[in-house]
Amino acid sequence: MLSRVAERIYWLGRYLERAENTARLLNVYSTLLLDLPRGAKIGWHTLVEITGSRPGFDEKYQDTDERSVIRFLLSDTSNYCSILSSLALARENARTTREIIPSEAWEQINNLYLFAKENASKGVARGPRHQLLNQIIAHCQQIAGLFAGTMSHNSGYNFIRIARSLERADMTTRIVDVGSVTLLPGLRQGGKSSEQIEPFENMIWMAVLNSLSAYQMYRQHVLDRVNGGDVVTFLMQDRQFPRSVVHSLAKLESCLQSLPNNGAALAEVSSTQALAIDADIPLLVQNGLLEYIDELQIHIAGIHARITDTWFLPVVSGQQQSA
Amino acid sequence: MRIDWKTYNPGAFYDELISSPGHARKSGRILARYLSSLKSEDLQERKTAAELAIKAMGISFTVYSEAGNIDREWPFDIIPRIITETQWRSTGKGLEQRLRALNCFIHDVYNDQKILNDKVVPKELIEKSVNFRKECIGMKPRFDVWAHICGTDLIRDTDGRFYVLEDNLRVPSGVSYMLENRKVTKRVFPELFENYDILPITEYTTQLFDMLAAISPRPLDYPEVVVLTPGIYNSAYFEHSFLAQRMGAELVEGGDLVVEDDCVYMRTINGLSRVDVIYRRIDDMFLDPEVFHPDSVLGVPGLMRAWLKGNVALANAPGAGVADDKVIYTYVPAMIKYYLGEEPILENVPSYLCVDEKQCKYVLENLDKLVVKPANESGGYGMLMGPMASKKEREEFARRIKADPRNYMAQPLISLSTAPVLGERGAEPRHIDLRPFILQGRDVYVTPGGLTRVAMVKGSYVVNSSQGGGSKDTWIVIEEES
Repeated sequence: MLSRVAERIYWLGRYLERAENTARLLNVYSTLLLDLPRGAKIGWHTLVEITGSRPGFDEKYQDTDERSVIRFLLSDTSNYCSILSSLALARENARTTREIIPSEAWEQINNLYLFAKENASKGVARGPRHQLLNQIIAHCQQIAGLFAGTMSHNSGYNFIRIARSLERADMTTRIVDVGSVTLLPGLRQGGKSSEQIEPFENMIWMAVLNSLSAYQMYRQHVLDRVNGGDVVTFLMQDRQFPRSVVHSLAKLESCLQSLPNNGAALAEVSSTQALAIDADIPLLVQNGLLEYIDELQIHIAGIHARITDTWFLPVVSGQQQSA
Repeated sequence: MRIDWKTYNPGAFYDELISSPGHARKSGRILARYLSSLKSEDLQERKTAAELAIKAMGISFTVYSEAGNIDREWPFDIIPRIITETQWRSTGKGLEQRLRALNCFIHDVYNDQKILNDKVVPKELIEKSVNFRKECIGMKPRFDVWAHICGTDLIRDTDGRFYVLEDNLRVPSGVSYMLENRKVTKRVFPELFENYDILPITEYTTQLFDMLAAISPRPLDYPEVVVLTPGIYNSAYFEHSFLAQRMGAELVEGGDLVVEDDCVYMRTINGLSRVDVIYRRIDDMFLDPEVFHPDSVLGVPGLMRAWLKGNVALANAPGAGVADDKVIYTYVPAMIKYYLGEEPILENVPSYLCVDEKQCKYVLENLDKLVVKPANESGGYGMLMGPMASKKEREEFARRIKADPRNYMAQPLISLSTAPVLGERGAEPRHIDLRPFILQGRDVYVTPGGLTRVAMVKGSYVVNSSQGGGSKDTWIVIEEES
């Protein structure tokens, strides 16, 4: 497989996963905020923080109100992290790798983009938003299924799965980060007493789980009531849940096994895995979670860098891609 | 928009479906009856279905414009064009004969130059041809074939016969649209296929791959065949990607290839990997910056060296364009006699060469009746349509011809045949041509039919997609004995 094509197909995988994750996030957040006390110092800006796009947002919008934030993350094409941008970039990468991916998958990606382009701006209003986001999520899942069911499980397919696993691990750390570092302190600063906060704390952790479609699996796995230490442990370290960091890394590792010259990338994955598995999460939730997640994210970026060095760099890519 | 064939009038032109108002040709009767039986809503629904299919399948082409390059959906008319198999058989033979002769000619020009020494083709025409590549002199590609893939444009005059308008021997495009048109028609009118015996066309990509594999310089069971594209902004990128996909070949850009020790390699995730055959969709002048345009970033430095050493095959071979020249075109019937000792099966459109003094005088005196073409432009650029042009445009062209007579030839305005297209108010006649594709490696293969291009504007003769033309599915139909 050509290095240039491998790179494009990798980005195709990342952008598709990113679009789906962002859609999940918007969906859950939209319902969560309705339940929170009005005094809580959390709001729509949190979403901008999760996606790490604060500067881009501030440049264009004055208020961090619902309309602005949703527009920015859903349909604003000047924001490269928006769902519509992610889908446009996914489509462009698919269009330029059509000789490799199954034509049905290309048709579906093309359709999804055309659908999103046509409808994304409608999702700014609360009414149709939920359905729109669900359609996008379902469509992304359908595409993932098409790849699994119609594409030979070759290097190209491996790059899609590598990209997906890495994007997932990254997104999960971001969401945990926001749940524990932004949401909870924001709630506490709202001036309520700790008894008043407790029910909301529970709700926030549920929302965090929901945004990763993890609530049900968590309940089956953790029989205790929803609490911060268990939730973060589950999302970080559960081996079976497909969006947990440890599971994503294991998947990533097994996909890397079948690629040539995989030494550097595998070594980076191993050290990231050690960091993820060995951590005492309940202790970190009490103190130091923020620093821990920062370190984990640096490692995840490191894996991306090793992949790029090993398989993509021989060719200068024609288009600018952004991690 | 119901279709009533009684009000459909192609006038003096040869119409492919309707011989006179209300009467369909024998081969088209079922189609004509079927179309007129459809209600307005049904027709509209089919038309919309085709548009949606094209959009969903992502069949597009890029238009160069001042406002940048735009990716456009492929313009397609849903009414298929029918040609009988009986008529096609001899046309196909004529196309095969033509390409064989053209390849003999190209090989001769770069080697012994017998045809020039025998004064059948004037030597100076070759010496002055901008498509003659002196770098290729003495080269002997496999099977002595230079033009492996040819797209020949045919038109039908009022007499209903096919004439050759031009041979495209450099990087002819359109074959993917031919294949996709059939796919769309199958989605839109599946019931029609029950009533007709239509020759399938899907074989093309297999034939193309086999031909490319056959010209590999290394005798391998699985030679590495790649398609070389100028990149995603090229107007035919869709086609490059389509063909690579169908052949299971890598689609490469110049930057993916590197020449070491006069061999070509591609950069893969496993490191460098040897390439045997390159189906290049880049013009000669951009192939290799070491030999041609030094500032080309589309090509591969050293590619010509590797080719001349016989370490890689290029299709079409560099220099093949020497026969893709509207002046050389007029000598093709003579080439057929000279090399093959046969009578040409397909006729040329009558042509006047401006390089010949007498013929040039005639051209200049009759500019208002003629179509003047430059020798080396493609895509319909740089032409003068005499009868439609203004006096000023004709004067401007007269100046250009006098300045460079070698570069111009003229033809009478041929009455292109028409075929019905579905418009706002039912079926309307529009002018069409036909581009079949011919492959030559060890053997010759001709597509059954080809790409029918349609001038979508009423009365227009310009069928090029780069200038707003459309297309139709083309059926070669076996007629029932009766």
